[in-house]
Amino acid sequence: MPEEKKEDMPTSVLRDDRKKPNVRTTIVTIDRKETPAQPVGDGCEAAIIRSENFSLYYGSKAGVKNITMDIYPYSVTAIIGPSGCGKSTFLRSINRMNDLIPHVRAEGRLLVDGHDVYEKRTNLVHLRQQVGMVFQKPNPFPKSIFDNVAYGPSLQGVRNKGELQNVVEQSLRAAALWEEVKNDLKKSALALSGGQQQRLCIARALATKPRVLLMDEPCSALDPIATGRIEDLMGQLQRTYTIVIVTHNMQQAARVSERAAFFCLGELIEYDETARIFSNPAQKATEDYVTGRFG
Amino acid sequence: MNDSNAAFTLAPAADSPRPLALTPGQDLRGYLSALLGRAVLFFITFSSVLAVLLILVFVVIRSVGFLSGSSIVEFLASQNWRPTAEPPVFGALAIIVGSLYVSFAALVFAVPLGILAAVFLSDIVSWKVRNVVKPIVEILAAIPSVAYGFFAVLVLAPWLQKQFGFSTGTNALNASLILAIMALPTIISVAEDSISALGRELREASYSCGATRLETIVRVVIPAAHSGIIAAVVLGMMRAIGETMVVWMASGNAPQIPHPWWDLAQSVRTLTATIAGEMGEAPETSLHRGALFAMGVLLLLMTLGMNLVSEYFLARAKKAGGRT
Repeated sequence: MPEEKKEDMPTSVLRDDRKKPNVRTTIVTIDRKETPAQPVGDGCEAAIIRSENFSLYYGSKAGVKNITMDIYPYSVTAIIGPSGCGKSTFLRSINRMNDLIPHVRAEGRLLVDGHDVYEKRTNLVHLRQQVGMVFQKPNPFPKSIFDNVAYGPSLQGVRNKGELQNVVEQSLRAAALWEEVKNDLKKSALALSGGQQQRLCIARALATKPRVLLMDEPCSALDPIATGRIEDLMGQLQRTYTIVIVTHNMQQAARVSERAAFFCLGELIEYDETARIFSNPAQKATEDYVTGRFG
Repeated sequence: MNDSNAAFTLAPAADSPRPLALTPGQDLRGYLSALLGRAVLFFITFSSVLAVLLILVFVVIRSVGFLSGSSIVEFLASQNWRPTAEPPVFGALAIIVGSLYVSFAALVFAVPLGILAAVFLSDIVSWKVRNVVKPIVEILAAIPSVAYGFFAVLVLAPWLQKQFGFSTGTNALNASLILAIMALPTIISVAEDSISALGRELREASYSCGATRLETIVRVVIPAAHSGIIAAVVLGMMRAIGETMVVWMASGNAPQIPHPWWDLAQSVRTLTATIAGEMGEAPETSLHRGALFAMGVLLLLMTLGMNLVSEYFLARAKKAGGRT
């Protein structure tokens, strides 16, 4: 995958610099032209994910209500808020992971690269190839380390052994796990420690070559050392990927993210640069939450 | 967190704490009831274990006379089963093969169907439908086997004869089809349990990598549940090999090895049907009776072995389920 290498090291964060030679972006690239033109300049990139009055209902109960926010590429966006506020629901709406839950209904629009993912003709396979996910609990497949990482590429039809090895190595390197497992690629992924398993899951998500990485409380099951490594990793990955992270840990949000959204009771209370959310929020509720007076 | 600390009145009990040691001196009633409870439960558990052991010992003892008197080699290697001839010949090979033959043929029908049905119930239909259909499938296991036997003889046999022009409708095909139906509930139920036990995490992981439902089922769900599925198959096999009434009624009871081997239209006879059919005619202390008990030992060994295999895989399935 020589042409992918270019993609891993963009010279600029502007989206126009990204060459997309491969086919995996089909659904989205077609619709890209429909996106309203955005001024492209420093600090003012076009949003890669745009939520317009988006609501998601479980039966009659609203998981999230009227979310309107833009998520920008090549940055880390944190979603914070008390338990049950709809953070995870919103995150899982972006790659339609909530489809597995019966009686889910969406309203409003949720655009990824200008395409409404809740539109009927959305190709879910392509959507999920573009929008990868790392879950709260490390969930490696009960297969070898190699097969775990090679799963996504092999689904995309990569059969060539050398090519697979290449993707697996690069993904494991990107997830800072390669040095620890390079001699045990045939070993079961379940034999790894919790932190290693989570990095393996990140490698597995990266191997699919997504543009967006959704992380649903990726460190909540990990100790501080493993958490530190994954946070470092996010810092490196945001140069190439768009990361959206849901976290309960406010220090973590402050450390890793550039923008932060505060959710409460299914609604978006405030969305701003992380520094402002933590130092000078506009809403009283946000201030109460980030200073620990509520929640 | 809001107003819950307004009226907090719970406090430690004021009087002296109850003794923490359970000794006859401190708390005779408590001590005795704990002792009695343990004794009763131990007795119940032990008696069921004892029953199994005694059955095993009884069957082995009753077959010892036959096994020491005549040749085991003849029993296992000869196809001649002529217990009433003079001198009698006890070659059980055809019958042993018949038992395995019918059971394996039943599995060939039941395993693919059972696994497909289990996947269908766990991953395709909604939870509601599953909760209605699964108990109904399990009811299949509650139908008495003689009822299945009637169905085999009165419905399936004439139909097979007419449809395929078989010389007899009671044959290996008939018996194995009915056995397959009888093994299906076990296979579906156990396999479905182990497939649903995988939980949502693995499936989500697969979907998030851009897998379709089929890819998720074939490449993640079934491999991850393979221990439970194997256990289900072995349990179904045990059900098939131990089944008596249906094969007695449906298999045709001819002690012969089908030739050519794939010809399911020929009649066969199984160990269970032979024991059930001939026990009444074999005099109490005769060699014939001993030979039937030897067959019983063989059956016991087979099911015991399969039980161990299924226990092994079920334990592995449990372990794998707990890890993820």
